[in-house]
Amino acid sequence: MVDHAWMAGLRLAAAIAGGVVLVIFGFLVLEAWPALRSIGVGRFFTDPGWHPAGGEQAAFNLTPMLLGTLAAAIGAVLLATPLALASAVFCNYYAAPAPATLYRRLVELLAGIPSVVYGFWGLVVLVPLIRQIEPPGASLLAGILVLTIMILPTIALTADAAFRAVPETYLQAAAALGLSRPTLIGSVVLPAARSGLSTGVMLGTGRALGETMAVLMVCGNVVQTPSSLFDPVRTLTANIALEMAYALGDHRSALFVTGLSLLLMVTALVLASDGLTRRWAVDAGGHG
Amino acid sequence: MTAAGNAYGRGLAGGRGDRALKIGVGLAVALVVFAFGWLLFDIVGHGLGGVSWAFLTDVPASSGRSGGIGPILISTLLILAVCLAAALPVGLATAILLAEHTDAEAGFGRLVRRSLDILAGVPSIVFGLFGNALFCIYLGMGFSILSGGLTLACMVLPIFIREAEEGFRAVPRDLRLAAAALGFTRARALVSIVLPAAMPGIVVGLVLGIGRALAETAALIFTSGYVDRMPESLYDSGRSLSIHIYDLSMNVAGGEPAAYSTALVLVTLLLCINGSASWMADHWQRRRASP
Repeated sequence: MVDHAWMAGLRLAAAIAGGVVLVIFGFLVLEAWPALRSIGVGRFFTDPGWHPAGGEQAAFNLTPMLLGTLAAAIGAVLLATPLALASAVFCNYYAAPAPATLYRRLVELLAGIPSVVYGFWGLVVLVPLIRQIEPPGASLLAGILVLTIMILPTIALTADAAFRAVPETYLQAAAALGLSRPTLIGSVVLPAARSGLSTGVMLGTGRALGETMAVLMVCGNVVQTPSSLFDPVRTLTANIALEMAYALGDHRSALFVTGLSLLLMVTALVLASDGLTRRWAVDAGGHG
Repeated sequence: MTAAGNAYGRGLAGGRGDRALKIGVGLAVALVVFAFGWLLFDIVGHGLGGVSWAFLTDVPASSGRSGGIGPILISTLLILAVCLAAALPVGLATAILLAEHTDAEAGFGRLVRRSLDILAGVPSIVFGLFGNALFCIYLGMGFSILSGGLTLACMVLPIFIREAEEGFRAVPRDLRLAAAALGFTRARALVSIVLPAAMPGIVVGLVLGIGRALAETAALIFTSGYVDRMPESLYDSGRSLSIHIYDLSMNVAGGEPAAYSTALVLVTLLLCINGSASWMADHWQRRRASP
């Protein structure tokens, strides 16, 4: 009898925990629905600009901000991935145990620093530096650099874990074949760790796409399609943070459309990395 | 951590390719260390002068340019308290169910786990939108500490559950068998035998969850709000440390020194919290390895 009630309680709690994500989806759809119906999906790409509070002449083109988000995220992933791989190679194949542990701790600490602090540092340190090269300073480049530091720990720690999970027999076999260290890393470790590595990159991409505070503080927030790294841009996330406070009606609803599309992008990344991990696990016969 | 990789790697040293890779890796690592050092020294260097007992306890004056962060610390603590009060029971029960009673890779367990994975990736601004729609408007809580704390509770659930579940899985099977042999019900065995043994994982999850909640900004702007007065109840709006940094640096001309000091307080808190979590995890792992 006691066990019966106990299990029911546990199931209820798990249903709540698992249901949160569904409730989030539900509320975003509910709030985005008016805009999706009265504005339509097409106008988010074809309207003459972003003037969401313009009454009859309101325009809702999200394309420049979508491009801003993608440019910042892709730039950050391109910079952070090699640095993160190098970090993991350093910890596993070059550093002595003590410095390796110390460096891991440092990367873990980096992972715990809040995004608002990264944004603040970018605003007071990086932006003035970039301004000296080319005004205004608050730019796509500043956003990419800050995002790079932010997602580096995510990718580096996953890559490190993936390297450490490479079966020791692989390394023994490589040693017996007399492979050089670069060959060992390039032809044995990287392929064996690819599922962990791609998970890390996808998690990092998701983090970069969804980051708000840091890009809001350093990117300049001008709604435009960037033509150079020094142009200010506004990302989808920054747009929500900037306009939510006073948005009403269709405008508010359009911001929820933005949130919903971010959620869908990130969910697709999580599911894709999940699927990839399982396919490779099967391919490798349970080793990868 | 095994030294296996190191041993094989070092045995294979030498050669031009190896030297080039070594230099490349070294440069990358130096760059990361340099960026981290730069950030840390910048914040400590500019922030330390402004931190004092008065700064931690006074009320902010002239939009935060002078005065202190007393009410903001209190609001932050209250938001955390609400977050934990909601996340702890739900998270703990879910972790127990996942670790003890269901097959992790089938049926209900798999469904819950998959949706927690997705939840872990949801951008914080999306939590903000959701919290605003559900707690502030539909449930009528308005901009309040309660709305902010509940939004954060949704956010920390995946982190807390993952670590707590680890904790339960690490409990030796013998303990459960012994309890069953003594005629304990499953519930009784869990509460008086397995739960205490799983405490390390639960505590680490709790601490990591606190760290995540403390670092959050975007989810709070439209749920707990901006008000920097001393909160009188959980239905008052309250400004967190992270929002204070944002507001001072973006909306208050001349707010930079106070923003530096607040950032130093926040980073110090987080380094202590995350540091103790990883120290505890290491400590318990080592003790488990050598009983």
